[in-house]
Amino acid sequence: MANAAVKELKEAKKPRWKDLNLSDDALIEMYKKMLTIRRFEERAAQEYGKGKIGGFCHLYIGQEAVGVGAISALREDDYIFTAYRDHGQAIARGMDVKPAMAELFGKATGCSSGIGGSMHFFDAERHFMGGYGIVGGHPPLAAGTAFATKYQGKDSVTICFFGEASSNQGVFHETLNMAMLWKLPVIFICENNWYGMGTAIERASAGGDLYDKAAGYHMDRAAVDGMDVVATYRAVTEAVQRARANSTPTMLEARTYRFRGHSMSDPGTYRSKDEVEEYKKSDPIVTFGAELIAFGIMTQEKIDALDAEIKQSVQEAVDFADNSPEPPLDMLHKNVYA
Amino acid sequence: MATLQIREALNQAMCEEMERDQNVFIMGEEVAQYNGAYKVTQGMLKKFGDKRVIDTPITEAGFAGIGIGAAMVGLRPIVEMMTWNFAILAFDQIMNNAAKLHYMSAGQFKIPIVFRGPNGPAHMLGAQHSQALESMLAHVPGLIVMTPSNPYDAKGLMKSAIRSDNPVIFLESELMYGQKGEVPDEEYLIPIGKGDVKRAGADVTIIAWTKMVAVALQAADELAKEGISAEVIDPRTIRPLDEDLILESVRKTNRCVIVEDSWPFASVGTEIAHRIHTKAFDDLDAPVEKINAADIPMPYANNLEQEALPNAAKVVAAVKKVLYR
Ligand SMILES: Cc1ncc(C[n+]2csc(CCOP(=O)(O)OP(=O)(O)O)c2C)c(N)n1
Ligand SMILES: [Mg+2]
Repeated sequence: MANAAVKELKEAKKPRWKDLNLSDDALIEMYKKMLTIRRFEERAAQEYGKGKIGGFCHLYIGQEAVGVGAISALREDDYIFTAYRDHGQAIARGMDVKPAMAELFGKATGCSSGIGGSMHFFDAERHFMGGYGIVGGHPPLAAGTAFATKYQGKDSVTICFFGEASSNQGVFHETLNMAMLWKLPVIFICENNWYGMGTAIERASAGGDLYDKAAGYHMDRAAVDGMDVVATYRAVTEAVQRARANSTPTMLEARTYRFRGHSMSDPGTYRSKDEVEEYKKSDPIVTFGAELIAFGIMTQEKIDALDAEIKQSVQEAVDFADNSPEPPLDMLHKNVYA
Repeated sequence: MATLQIREALNQAMCEEMERDQNVFIMGEEVAQYNGAYKVTQGMLKKFGDKRVIDTPITEAGFAGIGIGAAMVGLRPIVEMMTWNFAILAFDQIMNNAAKLHYMSAGQFKIPIVFRGPNGPAHMLGAQHSQALESMLAHVPGLIVMTPSNPYDAKGLMKSAIRSDNPVIFLESELMYGQKGEVPDEEYLIPIGKGDVKRAGADVTIIAWTKMVAVALQAADELAKEGISAEVIDPRTIRPLDEDLILESVRKTNRCVIVEDSWPFASVGTEIAHRIHTKAFDDLDAPVEKINAADIPMPYANNLEQEALPNAAKVVAAVKKVLYR
């Protein structure tokens, strides 16, 4: 949130989360989750450079407010699906950084036992239903868990994250249609970071605002500032309430930006340095930290101490991953069938 | 002779054919402004403009179908699939439309289209990005399936693919794009359905394509040290298959090992082994052996991935088995 606006709210002694039932601890927890994701991924990039991590590794840096804001609005019995850019949502859901880092290292102690890798984090216990590698492949699965909870008479909801470029796939539209037709309690959160790999949104998507893709299905829809964790929390909370009370789907477009390349081998020539720098000015962690300080919920000292604590936990995660064993060779043929 | 990478050889083939025939164009994800996810289309946008070098949204089924429709009325599209893992979304278009239109219309429509991109396991990409799909594609009557193992073959096969009046599936490899080899300056085409002897030998025939040719050649080097002379055959076109070349070699060596990095069940190797067993039964001194990738979705961890993939040692062991050594 812009500094001037924060100042105004402060003078009116009115934090904008006043009506949201968010305790100071809950706000600090959101900040901590965002910073943990940031530090975890900065370190992952370094370890990738050292050859400790292989394959594709898509960083969430810059987009932390979307995952944390949205997932903080959920209950434990709700479900989460996302694409291959999945480290952030897993951590937002409470996955420890140790099994997360170990998965990147391809170790037996990873959240998918080293079988999945960066793109395929899973944590069934936390209802983190996975990261998926095929663009547009997972939204119907999210509608499927929503179908199941409704079928079972539960009031759980499902959240599905996906990139804006995925919204061009046919199966995405098939899913929206059925979600609306069958009134499924699912919330589609399009993370619009404006690029699918090197292709800017206007070169890939016809039409106007992205959230309006849901208009043809008469689905509730809105755009939200995805660089703002509180705004995201608010929008998702409202969508979750609708889903729980009336079993209706919602499509949210979270406008955000990835500060790093698409994956680790991206020269980034498709966007200007200025553009990246401009977005960095609304870094979701920096702005939220400043707001928490402005309202006396955090101090700079507390933030520094928290940062040091997080960096230490990430260091421990790297050591843990390093010292963990590789998956045993007898894992090779395990789990092909249940 | 020029020394080219496979990506450059493919690029040359496509550029030459686009210069030769205005109906040839290319489309796919990131092929134009980004110059290709694996740089196979480097410089093509600059050379031919955005009418003929076209970036698509991430909509594999859609642009595959648009290509097929354009081919029905005389264009000759090259459709790049960023990888064949993603082309799975387009299998309906490829199998139900491209492969069948000529037949269903009793020959009224031709579908001169090339679907090309990398296929097979790369390195540590995990289950959804590491699959060799040639047997699924070669299963379909109406499709031609090609897969080059060096720059010379890549260029010659690609030119034939573009000039073919049939849908061609062209399977490349992420890990091989940088591989170098000599390519003649003058024009040449490699006929569809013509295999190649990559190394002559007398004691055993090893059949392999794409990435597995290098593995077979490495195994042949190892075997030579032990006095075993292996012949390495690369069919280059999987469908139609150069059966004559394969049978001729097996009739000479009396033993055969097939190497593929696809799954073993109903693989291309299964078909080749069947043909050898039925057509050269009396010439065989041992049943044909097959080395495949493990029969599992590909795991991410490096140690498991290495264990799952064919390698020279596994090929050497299979050769010794058919030689009863
Ligand atoms: C079906 C399919 N096609 C292509 C790819 C290759 N690919 C991976 S991510 C990506 C871009 C996706 O962009 P977007 O949906 O906006 O998500 P973002 O990466 O920006 O988070 C592409 C083309 C893929 N994984 N799956
Ligand atoms: Mg995007």
